[in-house]
Amino acid sequence: MKWILVGLMVVATVASDLLQSYEMKRAGEHSVGARGLLRLLGTIARRRYLILAVACMAVSFFSFMALVQVEPLSFAVPASAASFIFETLLAKLVLHEHVGVRRAAGALIVLCGVVLLGE
Amino acid sequence: MTATKEKRQGAGILRAYAVLALFIALKAVGNLSLAWGMKHFPQVMSANPLPYLRAMLDPFVALGIVALILALLTRMALFSLADLSFVLPVTAVGYIIAAFLGKIFLHETVTAQRWTGTILIVVGAALVGSGSHKTEIEIE
Repeated sequence: MKWILVGLMVVATVASDLLQSYEMKRAGEHSVGARGLLRLLGTIARRRYLILAVACMAVSFFSFMALVQVEPLSFAVPASAASFIFETLLAKLVLHEHVGVRRAAGALIVLCGVVLLGE
Repeated sequence: MTATKEKRQGAGILRAYAVLALFIALKAVGNLSLAWGMKHFPQVMSANPLPYLRAMLDPFVALGIVALILALLTRMALFSLADLSFVLPVTAVGYIIAAFLGKIFLHETVTAQRWTGTILIVVGAALVGSGSHKTEIEIE
């Protein structure tokens, strides 16, 4: 059960981050001041991929809620870092970003850490 | 002129560290409060959304959610003050803090293997973060 919840949380986080990254790049830069945040909310409401990203974020959060109910916090929080592995992979394959050796090595080290957490 | 610029830069760095400390504290409190509330919530979560909504009315769960939302906003503010390559590695320390909080407040057993796994995740996350920024943004 715990790996199903971790999987759901990670898949939803990765989907949300990819959708946000893809759509925000198309939307242009936003500041984080009060006016910038209002503009950001307007952008979210207009762009369906961003609405989908928020929905994925909600799924990820509810999975995390269910996970911390049945599993230790010392497992649930570090396990959420598994999203780094898939985000790195999909950033390369889907968003065609440049993934350097350091970033790829980091993702592999995270993978080793998650495997150790689970055993 | 240079002294004024240095003074402003120093204040900017100080502000970035203050926001960073606030983010780490909010995230830690949020995770702990959420975990505490969920572990004491009588109903087990399932695919049904109703128990989640009921759980949100629990004071500890609600406090956790508010703290995590504030942490998210603080993180956004932090991105405007400092480089992503600085923010991601430093905030990865949160994984270790979560393990400590679990051990101290929730009396969880954290084995040597779990500590090793957590430390590897922090190192890996720091490496991923330090190599993933798009452009250099100077601290104000």
